[in-house]
Amino acid sequence: MSYISLSENDKREMLARIGVSSIDELYGCVPDELRLKRRLRLPVALSEPELVRQFERLAGKNSFPGMLSFLGAGSYRHFIPSVVDYLSSRGEFLSPYTPYQPEISQGTLQVIFEYQTLVCQLTGLDIANASLYDGASAAAEAVLMANRLNNKAKILVPRSLHPQYRETIRTYIKNLGVRIEEVGFTSAGALDLADVARKLDKDTSAVLVQSPNFFGVIEDLEKIGEFAHGHQALFVVTVAEALSLGILEAPGNAGADVVCGEAQSFGLPSNFGGPVLGFMACKKEHLRQLPGRITGQTTDVDGKRGFVLTLSTREQHIRREKATSNICTNQAWCALRATIFLETLGHDGLREAAIHNIQKADYAADRLGRIAGVKRKFGGRFFNEFVLELPREIPKVNEALLAKGVVGGLDLGRYYPELGRAMLVCVTEMHSKEDIDRLAATLEETLR
Amino acid sequence: MIREPLIFEISDKGKKAFALPKLDVPEKKDVLAGFSVRKDIADFPQVSEVEVVRHFTRLSQQNYCVDLGFYPLGSCTMKYNPKVNEKVAGFREFALSHPLAPETTIQGNLEIIKLVEDYLCEIAGMDAFTLQPSAGAQGELTGMMLVRARLEESGNPRKYVLTPDSAHGTNPSSAHLCGYTVQEVKSNANGTVDLDDLALRMNEDVAALMLTNPNTLGVFEYDIKKIAAIVHAKGGFLYMDGANMNALTGVCRPGDMDVDVIHINLHKTFSTPHGGGGPGAGPVGVKKILEPYLPIPRVVRRGEGFGLSFDHPKSVGRVRSFYGNFLVIVKALAYILTLGPDGIREIAEIAVLNSNYIRKSLETLYSLKYTTPTLHECVFSDRIQKELGVSNLDIAKRLIDYGLHPPTMSFPLIVHGALMIEPTETESRRDLDMFIEAMTNIAREAKENPEILKSAPHHSYVRRLDETAAARHPIVKWIRESKS
Repeated sequence: MSYISLSENDKREMLARIGVSSIDELYGCVPDELRLKRRLRLPVALSEPELVRQFERLAGKNSFPGMLSFLGAGSYRHFIPSVVDYLSSRGEFLSPYTPYQPEISQGTLQVIFEYQTLVCQLTGLDIANASLYDGASAAAEAVLMANRLNNKAKILVPRSLHPQYRETIRTYIKNLGVRIEEVGFTSAGALDLADVARKLDKDTSAVLVQSPNFFGVIEDLEKIGEFAHGHQALFVVTVAEALSLGILEAPGNAGADVVCGEAQSFGLPSNFGGPVLGFMACKKEHLRQLPGRITGQTTDVDGKRGFVLTLSTREQHIRREKATSNICTNQAWCALRATIFLETLGHDGLREAAIHNIQKADYAADRLGRIAGVKRKFGGRFFNEFVLELPREIPKVNEALLAKGVVGGLDLGRYYPELGRAMLVCVTEMHSKEDIDRLAATLEETLR
Repeated sequence: MIREPLIFEISDKGKKAFALPKLDVPEKKDVLAGFSVRKDIADFPQVSEVEVVRHFTRLSQQNYCVDLGFYPLGSCTMKYNPKVNEKVAGFREFALSHPLAPETTIQGNLEIIKLVEDYLCEIAGMDAFTLQPSAGAQGELTGMMLVRARLEESGNPRKYVLTPDSAHGTNPSSAHLCGYTVQEVKSNANGTVDLDDLALRMNEDVAALMLTNPNTLGVFEYDIKKIAAIVHAKGGFLYMDGANMNALTGVCRPGDMDVDVIHINLHKTFSTPHGGGGPGAGPVGVKKILEPYLPIPRVVRRGEGFGLSFDHPKSVGRVRSFYGNFLVIVKALAYILTLGPDGIREIAEIAVLNSNYIRKSLETLYSLKYTTPTLHECVFSDRIQKELGVSNLDIAKRLIDYGLHPPTMSFPLIVHGALMIEPTETESRRDLDMFIEAMTNIAREAKENPEILKSAPHHSYVRRLDETAAARHPIVKWIRESKS
């Protein structure tokens, strides 16, 4: 099957108009020695029915979606209203490019404008960009932004930040003279403020904190922000579970200068990790250093309201090597889904969904914590994830659970050997009481 | 057309488009005690489901898109996005896969990643691929990090990266993010790399040349092997920006041109939709020498199945979470399997035919700064119309009145008043002819009635927008107007 729309007759006539006898002749500008003299070694073309069968075969090798899972750790399963899939799959949203021609892109532009507004409302900040790739690269961009804002080299990064975010930040800063210093966590699983105080100095560009942190623990942002600002450092908050913004105090109200994170929870399935949705917002005085695209409101020649991409003198296509970021293609369609999702849940729906997460996770922590030998590792208040300490090796426990169709929590041993036998469990509004009780019963059986 | 308000303007207290099931665990009253809870989310929307559906349906109708018509945005490869690709990428087994799920439960996903890596190696003539980069620009950054890691290991990361003056803006920006200072290489009268200038600038302080081929004029760098030799002779690397792979698939391979590292845009050459700006995917391919530095994790064959491998001590690390934009990769695989080897070659051949057909049809009406033969795109300028007081912007906006999407404007920078046209292979003769006819009419209108161009577009939902005001007094979110 091919997607060519020319007939043989078309091709003949077009070649005649161009004045060549074959397409091959049009490749005369490619040296003969570089021309591939054989066919590509690829499988023969498939018809649509064959293709669908082939993908059904591949899909059939994924047993995960049929299982009961308690994995979170930066990728969350939440309910997605039908309108999200229905509306976002419209070709008018799926098949245009970046809205470079605003007169025929008002749909995309207005959606981005609404998205930016929603992100500002949720984060409590003044300005949001049109999206970044994901939470990890957004955290890296935030670190670089802080460095541009105050020209200081040191960033305090918590050990309780998502390990993949830490790795990504490390990759991004490696060649730029920015350095990170790791801050520990307390026995309650929260950021160690004494360690922050020790490491904060006049060279500190920013204090970065994740809340809820990787262990699910909600941080005391206000206090951390005071510490940072006390040393003229910027305060950057990253949020990997965006649904928490529906109930937790907006980081901007707690003093954050920049808020970034992952908004996959807003209308995107896990998608095996991508595409997801990086977001970023900042105070208005920092606008000129914000990376990524921004949509702004203006008027047309008749005075009618319209929207355009704006402030592009920050961007690579204008500023080239002096741009605030190299980002071009972003995650616009994911931002569209988030916008539909948030507008559908609305003020009350978002808050209620967030509370259901807290209630269910609380019930689960309580229920699982009553199993002999199992206890919660940290005492801190949590959103929808918590850490359990188990009496047996986590890989063995998870293997036994898997045999019974249950995917347990994430084994933290690989990322935090100091935590011993620790498992990060995630419970969302998608888990019924029955699901949680099944995990508890299966775990009990396994540990017996 | 009805003016569609912002959702915030139709919001009212108590309206709902969503209901949660009743809480089935015992409700704990003090569950919110002990941390900072927000009272409300000021001005957050409250609307009904019907309102949501009409809002987005109306907004969608204000967009031009590939499903609607010809979209000759040069350098962006706006080809048709096959619908079966969306269907298979939407299979719940893929969409509901958690990225940290046990390897035994996501074998299908790992197989897909491996297959796409292998097929891209064959198509690009490279030895290994990573699919982690989220988009072209992140691919560039990743590719340059590989080069830097390799050079660092041999003792000196070097200081400079060269880019031609015709390069995409992302190239210098990505090189800068990788810690390099950018130097420009001049183009010659053919619009290709000036070999003398390259030889002059290439020295042992230069890490790499970042080159787009065919370049942003659509011209194939005929001397690519010589270019590679000049760069390699001084121990540098040749980076190819694969944004224009659509001109080459199945006809020739970057690996055979002595390219060391390349990124490819799956959302261009491999047909995945652009989604109004993303998501895309920017896989990076390398020759053996750079393979040890690829991001982790890597997908490896293990016995009958597949696994994730983290043990690559020389790796540059990760550039994002998890494994890249996986669903975009699924769509690219569907495309490759649908087309097969002959179809993949046909992409390039027909894209080149379509572009040359347009070029030939318009070359007496619009100025071509470079008359060098071109492949999949051609770059006209407004030089002739400028004398009549008409700019490339006016031409572009007038095309909107003809129901067409304008070409890329004002890029590449080496062509003043550029109109960069890339038709892609999927367009019908009728669509090509409609564009040619519109451009022909516009050339005549420029002479007879230039005002109609300068005030275009006339028939769009909004007319020409004041972009200067938008930047000078930024309004970047909705704010409730205080009632006076």
